[in-house]
Amino acid sequence: MRVLFLPIAAAVAVAATPAAAKTISVSAATPDANEKLQEALILAEPGDVVELGAGVWKLTDGLSLDVDNVTLRGAGVKDGEGSILDFSGQQGAGEGLLVTSDDVLLTDFAVLNTRGDGIKSKDANRIVYHRLRVEWTAGPKETNGAYGIYPVESRDVLIDSVYVRGASDAGIYVGQSKNVVVRDSIAKENVAGIEIENCYDADVHDNIAVQNSGGILVFDLPSLPQQGGHNVRVFDNIVQDNSTPNFAPKGNIVASVPTGTGVLVMANRRVEIFGNALENNGTANVMIVGYRYPYDDAKYQPLPQDILVRDNVHGKAGFAPAFPGGAEMAAAMGGAIPPVLWDGAGSAVVNDDVGVLSLGLPDVSTPQSEAQPSPADLKGDAPATLPGVTLPASMEAKVQ
Amino acid sequence: MRRIAAALAAALLCASGAVAVPEAGPNQAAIDGDAMPRKLSEFGIFRAGTSEPVDALLGYTLHTPLFSDYAQKQRLIWVPPGKQATLSDDGHIDFPVGSMIVKSFGWPGQNGGRPVETRLLLHRADGWTALPYIWDADGKDATLAIAGRRVPVTFKAPDGAMHSIPYAVPNKNQCKECHSKAGEIVPIGPKAANINFENALDRHDFARFFAEPPISADPMPQWDDPASGTLERRARAYLDVNCGHCHNPQGSASNSGLFLRWTDPKGVSLGIGKRPTAAGRGSGGMEFAIKPGDPDHSFLIYRLESLDPGIAMPELGRSTVHREGVALLRQWIAQMPKDGH
Repeated sequence: MRVLFLPIAAAVAVAATPAAAKTISVSAATPDANEKLQEALILAEPGDVVELGAGVWKLTDGLSLDVDNVTLRGAGVKDGEGSILDFSGQQGAGEGLLVTSDDVLLTDFAVLNTRGDGIKSKDANRIVYHRLRVEWTAGPKETNGAYGIYPVESRDVLIDSVYVRGASDAGIYVGQSKNVVVRDSIAKENVAGIEIENCYDADVHDNIAVQNSGGILVFDLPSLPQQGGHNVRVFDNIVQDNSTPNFAPKGNIVASVPTGTGVLVMANRRVEIFGNALENNGTANVMIVGYRYPYDDAKYQPLPQDILVRDNVHGKAGFAPAFPGGAEMAAAMGGAIPPVLWDGAGSAVVNDDVGVLSLGLPDVSTPQSEAQPSPADLKGDAPATLPGVTLPASMEAKVQ
Repeated sequence: MRRIAAALAAALLCASGAVAVPEAGPNQAAIDGDAMPRKLSEFGIFRAGTSEPVDALLGYTLHTPLFSDYAQKQRLIWVPPGKQATLSDDGHIDFPVGSMIVKSFGWPGQNGGRPVETRLLLHRADGWTALPYIWDADGKDATLAIAGRRVPVTFKAPDGAMHSIPYAVPNKNQCKECHSKAGEIVPIGPKAANINFENALDRHDFARFFAEPPISADPMPQWDDPASGTLERRARAYLDVNCGHCHNPQGSASNSGLFLRWTDPKGVSLGIGKRPTAAGRGSGGMEFAIKPGDPDHSFLIYRLESLDPGIAMPELGRSTVHREGVALLRQWIAQMPKDGH
């Protein structure tokens, strides 16, 4: 028995820590670079690093990675010196890069001008996006792809030090995931800068969301496999000048986000918004609303519940409210509505020392045209603070 | 003595050209091993130097096939000797380890009518593996293209239009995007509701492959044959085969909440009155995937009619619009009662 047991143990040890972890380098100048890079991503083994050479990669088809514990590393994100994956001539695939395996690190490269999404990861647990640039270089256009960085249906997601510009939906979009951190990143000139949708336990902090239509969105939508979004903290972010006219294709939920929105919570339970610098958002620095569309989903909960807004610094806001009736409300209130806007549905505590405007629409089925705007005092006892998100140490180690 | 007689008889038959000598099956070691052979010929699927399959494999078709740029397809099954595939309760066919499914794609007039590519699904001890092979210019063998490739293809569509497209041979990962169930590779095509053996049912060795014929009592109709089923059933079959492999709760599009299998209920999750989730430009400015009675405002149709990679569905395997398939779905949506969610 002992003799049999030993070789098996040895084999397991080898599998757990591959002795032959290697670096596969691919050059942008290789003929058939697209095929060679894809080949490297397929032939990589757990523990391997696929290294993208510096230069501009002209890619015609989407790339994909389906091997666990692989690092895809470039030479940087800057034009002229980094590894630039240029999808301007893309012919196929819904995204530039698709990751479907666990424990992947993506770092130090740029993805430009994809036809659909930039980088998507699905069912990719413990993924780390670090020092990346995803950009539509012509700036805001309705024909740009939807999401820049797009993890979905995953557990443990870290997005750290990325730059995303020009997405026609959300620059950074995390959907239907659990245990999520988005930090130290910049989202500029997207429709939504950062969007957390149908997620459980997420921290969004120390980011800069500027010149989007809406800065940071926390949504919960019906008829999806994971819903009932809750426990989201949005803190220590700079959210300003979100004034880019909404350029999302109509029909999408973000197309309804009023230009000039800072932080927007739609539905969800337990969201804390604190320590942010909120300024120059023409509709509102903070908006809290219910899901006000018809839906056919008995399990869906359309109200925002237990939302807490505290300790934020508010600059100018509410001077150009971009929702029906907004201009009239601003005019009636001396040129601007208060920095915090609530549709009147669900429950929220706002302890910031700024005004709150309620639209007086507690029932989400009441049309917005029947709004009864009035100042509201939402000061109150804050619920117990959320514990915050802790990621596995293996993920934090990758960005040290 | 009997063996010699049999061999002699076989030789005589062969010489007369009436019946081919029973050939050996494919190379079981290549199927079972963990290598990715560079040349397709190593599998022994086709007669040496040709794209004609050996007789030992079992051919089949589907009532409603996946659209792949109007490609004509040849489908083959191999089950290792001494084993049989079985039919599961939910209508899927369980193939034993050592099985292989072969699918070749070609167009009349392209490569002299020979296949352009052949894809293999190999059921190995650690699960299914997908390998794409592109046929060499001389048509004698095919070469592994693990990272996929675009191959220029020219063909005439049924409406008479000529198309020249950069046909996309999928890479190994893309094979899995469609052939994925909860992250594992699985066959899609062969299922009781859709498989059609035609004359192969009469083969003397049919029972060697299947313990019982894996045929449904309530099969899917043929999408383009009104005699085979109602408009609704044909549209649902088309959606199942072309979309349902990703659009199901365990597939690549699980996060969309849009579920398009034959067996999925008719409601929001089938797209009826369903707002876009992560469709991006795919919404085309429309509110619903399917707006009953109004195909022009149903973005499911919009996505099927688009060739833009940021809009088009399916995401893989389509460089042309399937006009006839879209027409079927348009007709189906048009006849839905406008208030009927």
